[in-house]
Amino acid sequence: MKRIKTGWRPVAAILLLLLVWEVAGRVAEIPSWLLPAPSQIWMEAVAGWEDYKLHLFSTIQLTLLGFLIGTSIGIAAAVCLHLLPKLRQTIYPLMILSQNIPIIVLAPLLVIWFGFGILPKLIIITLVCFFPIAVATLDGFRQTSPDLLHYLKMAGADKRQIFWKLEWPTSLPSLFSGLKISATYSVMGAVISEWLGAQQGIGVYMTLASSSFRTDRVFVAIFFIMVLCLLFFIVIITIEKRVIRWKKKGVEQHG
Amino acid sequence: MADLSIIDVSKSFSGRHVLENLSLSVSDAEFVSIVGPSGSGKSTLFHLIGGLLEPDSGDIYLDGKRVNGKRGAISYMPQSPSLLPWRTVLENVMLGGELLGEKNREEAISMMAKAGLSGYEEAYPDQLSGGMKQRAAFIRSMLSPQPLMCLDEPFSALDEFTRLDMQQWLLSMWEEHRRSILFVTHNIEEALFLSDRIIVLSSGPAQVKADFTIPFPRPRKESVVLSQDFLEWKKTIYQELRVMT
Repeated sequence: MKRIKTGWRPVAAILLLLLVWEVAGRVAEIPSWLLPAPSQIWMEAVAGWEDYKLHLFSTIQLTLLGFLIGTSIGIAAAVCLHLLPKLRQTIYPLMILSQNIPIIVLAPLLVIWFGFGILPKLIIITLVCFFPIAVATLDGFRQTSPDLLHYLKMAGADKRQIFWKLEWPTSLPSLFSGLKISATYSVMGAVISEWLGAQQGIGVYMTLASSSFRTDRVFVAIFFIMVLCLLFFIVIITIEKRVIRWKKKGVEQHG
Repeated sequence: MADLSIIDVSKSFSGRHVLENLSLSVSDAEFVSIVGPSGSGKSTLFHLIGGLLEPDSGDIYLDGKRVNGKRGAISYMPQSPSLLPWRTVLENVMLGGELLGEKNREEAISMMAKAGLSGYEEAYPDQLSGGMKQRAAFIRSMLSPQPLMCLDEPFSALDEFTRLDMQQWLLSMWEEHRRSILFVTHNIEEALFLSDRIIVLSSGPAQVKADFTIPFPRPRKESVVLSQDFLEWKKTIYQELRVMT
């Protein structure tokens, strides 16, 4: 119920924005190759479905695969670095440095090294996904409560039990924050990697559209990138709510 | 069966003697309290018994077996309830056994019922009040298979009323199950009301200053707290503690 009560505000804001855009475009007579009106974009989105649906599916596939690889490596790296503190001291600064390399610069290099296949694209998505998830998970491990740790040690838990029964569940909320960021990044990463050279994908569709001044198609592409990010986000929030049930139940307090 | 003997144990941290030639024992089904000024090395003593630390010299025996530096030999109840927030209360109270690979669901449920926690099996710790959390923590250590229970100031974070309730409840649970308990507290009345024996520690370095056997009959009634004898005992122990400072 609460969601319906507050949910209309952003929806109304978007509708208002679209309306202003539509009206302003008509009144000022802006040519459609410069800025198409929302109605024109919508028409193109409906009419061009057959043209771009393959692009869309290929991007979804690439995103999911890249996200899966990137987050797996991110989580695995976080676990390793957490369990081996010396390794963490060595690698952690390098990890931060690696994030300062602009992906846009790195991407053409990857194409030179690995060609136009799927590998350089997956590397790009992995690179953008990896960092948020690894850092978030590592931070999660650090939030382990000293009281609980003390209890488990006194009760005779070994290192493995402490990890699985205490540190891993402690890190889950942070891990999911990282997943949410990675999810949106991975869509971006996929599109950027497709700009560089691919047969299919929203990125390809977008480059073709902009080089032929089909601005309406560029907007269709932007629209679908946003929808993809949003869907991805929603899926992760849904899983999060299932996994971390204990967090919000505390609201109904006793005594 | 649970027999704890601590023999001539010494421990120092970077040259500061915390425990020196400390000896004490807890026999089977006995309730022993340790009182002492803060900083008297009570928690160090617990860490030694729990195996988190190793004594510099001396030995700790549990049922005739040497347990120096051996973890998991005791069941433990800390000052804060330390329930895992992502587990239901039932999963939490079974944790002690689970760590040693002995989970007993039925026993856990019936023990929860005795503690007045039935209906809360599937609740999360956040939903319990402070006293209920401590009861859950106590049941967790009761359900642990180790015979000796070490309770580290378990009620010190509770308000006065809850604390009195909890003491009575603890006593009734203990009188039913008769486990060996080593109980650390600041509170003389609490120690007198609960224990068979009270060990007074001196501070810096900790040594056994006095060892009193408390003669009040069991099962103990709440009214014992108001008796003349109780007051005399309180005076004796209070003076014992005062001499040190």
